[in-house]
Amino acid sequence: MDGYIAAVCAMLVEFKRAEMIAYEGKYMNKNKNLLSGLLLFACSALAPQQLYAEKADYLRPDLTVPADNISSPARVTLGKNLFFDPRLSGSRWISCATCHNPGLGWADGLATGIGHGMGGLLRSSPTVINTAYNKFQFWDGRARTLEAQAVEPIKAAGEMARDMEELTIELESIAGYKKMFDKAYPGEGVSETTIGKALAAFERTLITADAPFDRWVAGDETAMSDAAKRGFEVFEGKGQCDLCHSGFNFQDDGFHNIGIQQDPPDAGRYNVRPVAILMGAFKTPTLREITRTSPYMHNGSYKTLLEVVDHYDRGGDTDKNLSPNIRPLGLTQSEKTDLVAFMVALVTEKPLAVTLPNLPQISPEYPQ
Amino acid sequence: MKIQILCLLPLAMSLSCASVADEVIIDQLNKEFVFGGETVAALTIKTGDTLVFRNRDEFFHNIYSLSDLTTFDLGSFPKGDARSVTFDEPGVAEIECAIHPDMYMTVEVE
Repeated sequence: MDGYIAAVCAMLVEFKRAEMIAYEGKYMNKNKNLLSGLLLFACSALAPQQLYAEKADYLRPDLTVPADNISSPARVTLGKNLFFDPRLSGSRWISCATCHNPGLGWADGLATGIGHGMGGLLRSSPTVINTAYNKFQFWDGRARTLEAQAVEPIKAAGEMARDMEELTIELESIAGYKKMFDKAYPGEGVSETTIGKALAAFERTLITADAPFDRWVAGDETAMSDAAKRGFEVFEGKGQCDLCHSGFNFQDDGFHNIGIQQDPPDAGRYNVRPVAILMGAFKTPTLREITRTSPYMHNGSYKTLLEVVDHYDRGGDTDKNLSPNIRPLGLTQSEKTDLVAFMVALVTEKPLAVTLPNLPQISPEYPQ
Repeated sequence: MKIQILCLLPLAMSLSCASVADEVIIDQLNKEFVFGGETVAALTIKTGDTLVFRNRDEFFHNIYSLSDLTTFDLGSFPKGDARSVTFDEPGVAEIECAIHPDMYMTVEVE
């Protein structure tokens, strides 16, 4: 019976996947509702397997790419060179990869980042994996696109501290870069805009492969452990984690104050939109590749996933402007370990592979 | 005289009807604004109309506007609850959910 249920639901999930592809890569909620309803109907008759219906919410959507920055190999190559080039910083010592290190889950393994002059930053460096799926960039969502986001840390005094005009002049003086810009963005030149576009084009390639959870969603019952399956039930049920960590990328493009005790306090999203509920609120981060991106939370206050689960289980550490979605959960110890097992199933077996580029040199003798 | 009054009655009635304010219901569903069963990004209403926002999602939503026309924060509310706001002046207002800012719509008040 279980096999039959799994087969029916896997078929419906596949149907849903095909339907999503048919809609030009846009995640169509109306159609999702239709399919989710169908799945729920099909599976509710086969109780207790209703959770299969929830699987449809986690299918991989196609990426939405700006019309003026459609991906091409030349754009991705240029963006990759820029991403790993420390000459983008004022000190010539910090690259994007300094805080978004591929060996550390494209983050930096630190509680909070370190910027120009070894100065400490206020917030944790978020992973750039799957950030292409986000509708808002930065912890406070102050950028709407990857193109807009990518250039801000370069210019920020505390981060890479680079004068953008100086940078464009320097890049233009390096024949190898000039050639790459001309190939990637013919007629557009070397500018803040094309630097942002190229970095965004590269970042859109940093997408996770299927994890055990995705294979389970596709119908492979052996892909996840029993503990992880139980953890998914807690995630969707008693834990209510999916209220915020929803969809393929396990984030809702939303902003929530989750009760992190912080001194001095960080206003977070409130700095962008001065609305009361946003004081101390931050963007929901992805859970993909989660074991590779410790420490956790916007200020890196927890090293382990169990510490994170404990935080939510006690309903946060401060009720000051706390999100109404956060409340004590009363999880048992086994429910907590099951939840962690589920999150581990969101991690791919192999980290995203990357080869380092040979960066263009300014020397005229360097082969350009 | 009686004929004149009868003639004016339809005009008076139509003026009266035109000034009646409406209550327009907007659902918050699947992190979208929904009006009449369809996702809505822009809406035109009359001066004096009231927008009623109903949360039909499982999680909290919020409604606020920081527009030149009007500034309000209706707070956050759970599934089944509603919040309303009346627009007393013509103009254009931007409305968002603070929690899920991709929920965004403009309202033109005529």
